[in-house]
Amino acid sequence: MPGIRAGLLLSAILIAVALWTGSFRFAGTSATAFDGPATAQGLAAWEQIYSVLTHPRCINCHTATNYPQQGNERRRHIANIVRGPEGKGVPGLTCAGCHQETNADSTGVPGGHNWHLAPLSMRWQDNDDRPLSSGAVCRALTDRSKNNNLDGPGLLKHHEEEPLVKWAWNPGQRPDGTVRTPPPLTHEEFVAATRRWVEAGTPCPR
Amino acid sequence: MAIYQLNVNGERREVTVDASTPLLWVLREDLKMTGTKYGCGISACGACTVHLAGVATRSCIVPISHVGDRAIVTIEGIGQDTVGQAVQNAWVDTDVVQCGYCQSGQIMAAVALLKQTSKPTEQNIEESMGGNLCRCGTYPRIREAIKTAAAQISKGGV
Amino acid sequence: MATTAFHPDLNRRGFLRVSFAAAGGLFVSLYLDPKSVTLAQEGPMPAAQVKVCPPDAFVNIRPDGKIVIQVNRLEFGQGVQTSLPMLLADELDADWTNVIANLAPAADVYKDPVFGIQIVGGSGSIAHSFQQYRELGAKTRAMLIAAAANRWNTTPDQCRTEASVVRGPNGRSATYAELASEAARQPVPAKINLKSPTEFRLVGKKIKRLDSSAKCNGSLKFGLDLDLAGMKVAVVAHPPVFGGRVKKVVDDEARRIEGVRDVFEIPLAKGSGVAVVADKFWPAKQARGRLKIEWDLAGVEAADTSELWTRYRQLGSTPGNVAVSNGDPNAIDKTIAANRIVADYEFPYLAHTPMEPLNTTVRFDGDHAEVWAGSQFQTGDQMAVAEVLGLKPEQVTFHTEMAGGGFGRRAVTDSHVQREAALIAKRLRGTPVKLIWTREDDVQGGYYRPMHFHHVEVGVGPNGLPVAWRHVIVGQSLLAGTPFESFAIKNGVDSTATEGTADTQYNIPNLHVSVHHPKVNVPVLWWRSVGHTHNAFVMETLIDELATRAQMDGIAYRQKLLKPEAKKLLRTLDVLDKATAGWRNKLPQGHALGVSCHESFGTGVACAVDVSIENRRPRIHRATVAVDCGLAVNPLSVESQFQAGLSFGLTQLMPKGAITLKNGVVEQRNWDGYVPPYIVDAPVAVEVHIVPSTEAPTGCGEPPVPVISPAVVNALARLTGKRHRSLPLSSV
Repeated sequence: MPGIRAGLLLSAILIAVALWTGSFRFAGTSATAFDGPATAQGLAAWEQIYSVLTHPRCINCHTATNYPQQGNERRRHIANIVRGPEGKGVPGLTCAGCHQETNADSTGVPGGHNWHLAPLSMRWQDNDDRPLSSGAVCRALTDRSKNNNLDGPGLLKHHEEEPLVKWAWNPGQRPDGTVRTPPPLTHEEFVAATRRWVEAGTPCPR
Repeated sequence: MAIYQLNVNGERREVTVDASTPLLWVLREDLKMTGTKYGCGISACGACTVHLAGVATRSCIVPISHVGDRAIVTIEGIGQDTVGQAVQNAWVDTDVVQCGYCQSGQIMAAVALLKQTSKPTEQNIEESMGGNLCRCGTYPRIREAIKTAAAQISKGGV
Repeated sequence: MATTAFHPDLNRRGFLRVSFAAAGGLFVSLYLDPKSVTLAQEGPMPAAQVKVCPPDAFVNIRPDGKIVIQVNRLEFGQGVQTSLPMLLADELDADWTNVIANLAPAADVYKDPVFGIQIVGGSGSIAHSFQQYRELGAKTRAMLIAAAANRWNTTPDQCRTEASVVRGPNGRSATYAELASEAARQPVPAKINLKSPTEFRLVGKKIKRLDSSAKCNGSLKFGLDLDLAGMKVAVVAHPPVFGGRVKKVVDDEARRIEGVRDVFEIPLAKGSGVAVVADKFWPAKQARGRLKIEWDLAGVEAADTSELWTRYRQLGSTPGNVAVSNGDPNAIDKTIAANRIVADYEFPYLAHTPMEPLNTTVRFDGDHAEVWAGSQFQTGDQMAVAEVLGLKPEQVTFHTEMAGGGFGRRAVTDSHVQREAALIAKRLRGTPVKLIWTREDDVQGGYYRPMHFHHVEVGVGPNGLPVAWRHVIVGQSLLAGTPFESFAIKNGVDSTATEGTADTQYNIPNLHVSVHHPKVNVPVLWWRSVGHTHNAFVMETLIDELATRAQMDGIAYRQKLLKPEAKKLLRTLDVLDKATAGWRNKLPQGHALGVSCHESFGTGVACAVDVSIENRRPRIHRATVAVDCGLAVNPLSVESQFQAGLSFGLTQLMPKGAITLKNGVVEQRNWDGYVPPYIVDAPVAVEVHIVPSTEAPTGCGEPPVPVISPAVVNALARLTGKRHRSLPLSSV
């Protein structure tokens, strides 16, 4: 039958591509033994996730340096704010000292529960503040020795429920009254993409 | 406008202000406590630093509606604390101030540092004081005063 | 002759009243309250007891023994509120622990004796009032002694003074407070002997500041902290381009904010703006943000930084108005290219941004007004307020408030902030109003250190010393169109743009300095050390380059090139040489030395820094400065000024240390876009060596600023091979 033949052909091509690229691997867990179109779907879903993760609302706190970033232009945070030993700032200049539990729109300071920097193991930029490649970010995200030991379902839950993640879609106003740009997907789309990616075994591009 | 019950330097105070009003301006204009200063209004300079539930906070960007019942300590009250006293004494002994306008904030930041880190290194000092601006440039004496205060505190004297 | 006018409704404190005679002598009269008066008393005194004193007075010896000294200067960090009283108290033999210092209001008697106006600037406070305050103290002492001698039926030479007590023969003694009313009746000495330096008990000693405690516990009130009954707060919406005018305002949303009282247009120094008056600051600021204003920018020049650079560069390639022409102006053209250094320098607009935002409080009562301002320029500001309100200056009581920094920003010849406040007060007649400029208003509001371009050609002789030097400076004139124009501008040269180069103390043959003063629609102002900010940078980096070419030590080269008359600089270089002998040629890997020296406002300074590069920025591990300021009245104050002044000077090197304009609009808004030095940018440690001297004191407010930026950049040249000539330093 044509459908099955097409499916087999597609799988064969994908396996061939996989073998050819060599460095292509299933970094994640619960990978199905034979993914085929699911992998392509998973990779496509990953690219959607990547577009969110590298958006300023997310990547500004996933720095490789000892400072956070701010703004759409991702400049270094004002007032020499530094990471501190636990990503929560230093005595006298803790993140939560200024960033309250919720956005302070009248003064233009974003807020969310437990405001802090992602650990260096979850950096999505290089030391020159450039976003890492899609593959590098994917590998960082799925490396359980670096990602707080989250498996696929754990990552999905994180994307769905973590307050600081959800903040990106309610990022509040700047001091000039303009609203901060949210990521390119809605939160629902982001969660859906994550689900697809997880179900595909969290595949990563090269 | 709404009524807010505040805990300021250990005293209960009540104000009626708009929810959007930053804590800084409530302190300065409603409570007439002008020791906490307005420098920039965007948390870039630290002149407005107070302690909110013990955490050094830039009051210019915290709307009064976000304060709740957290205890507020300002420069007017920090002397009631042994670390606060040690810092203020060290500041005077070391003749730190010039125009003095930033120093309420500097002192509040230094107290926060010394409460957490009793023997701060040069790096600790730079990182914790790194966001407090002083246009006069009293930074070298600020470093000295913090070290003096730290030594005093560890001696148990004030 | 001293006048003794009494005004029954002025306040009732006792004063030592001083006024200048036309012949230059000093007349002193002392009035003191009857002992029954306590200063805590509020309310008017019964008419018979009122002893009113004119407002021109310097010393009040209170019944409780406190000695209140009026300081004829703004205190804005430089320590004058301590050092001028030290001079007076030392000659007076006052008990220093009982001295209180206040900032004098605007009045003729408080004018700077040299400038002839009440002003703080030019680092002139100590230099100009040194003699004045000493004489005040000495004459008061003489009158107290005369009173005691009278009382004890003895002679003045039998009396001594110490810590606010006069001691006579046979163990007699009386406190100054006890003697004050009798002293007031003594004749004022026409001449007086002052102490010899060996007799000083305070002067020359490290005396701590009088205002420290109050500044460390939040109790000291700055202008911005003023609170008066019924006071309103105002903010003004300024045009986005200097000189713009209001075309249309829609203010219904603004007026809906609770606490907003009034919204109206006001004329500005140039153009017009919209004032918002409210009960408190926050509603005023919120309301201003909700105004919908259409601006009329027709015919208003839109300054643009990149266009200005093009224009300035072009001007710099042509000779300007000549400031200095020694020897052969074409000598440089006779040197071969290999022996010529050609250097172009760029300096951006700089904002002062003192820590305390600009503010002024005014109350207008119809026939009188009262002003509270941390003003560096009381005479001019008082006149401006009077003019706006249709009053005479003497109808304006002008209080000098403690100020949170200034760096020149609070001395403006057009008194624009004071005028805005007065206009608003005029409308609110009877109600005091505090005008506040937000930090955004300040960063965007103009009155900057001007942009400058320098084009320099130096001919190098066989021994490495310059043989010719042709220097063109381009920058707006600070003083054109101001009352100071006639002193400072000659032959089309504004000396505030050429100081540091035209008056160089280096022995440079065939020196030719000329200047262009383009007119640009950006208000400009003196910024701590004024022309030295850019001229010292150019001189000291070029001298460094010459020293390197000559393979000479930076200190030795300067010693060789300076004229023998450059006594202060030579002394400071000598002290610096010795003070840095232990480290300057033994720096660790990755560190480099930078040296500079410069004299400004009469004070010579030499500076050495130890710099490395960390996180792509210069890290200044230590700075050593040697200072010759004549007699150091308060060495602790001098030390502070230099430690802090170096850190201030680094404003010029900060990567975001520039004000730029695009299509007439200032691109920076606050300290996020215009970023001054924080602790990490400042030197970690600064050692200050004061050259011992008994020469007349010269100032220390501005002299620290010019030396630090070239010293650091000279060190960077050693580390990277790159000579930075364009500020700010966006990358190293």
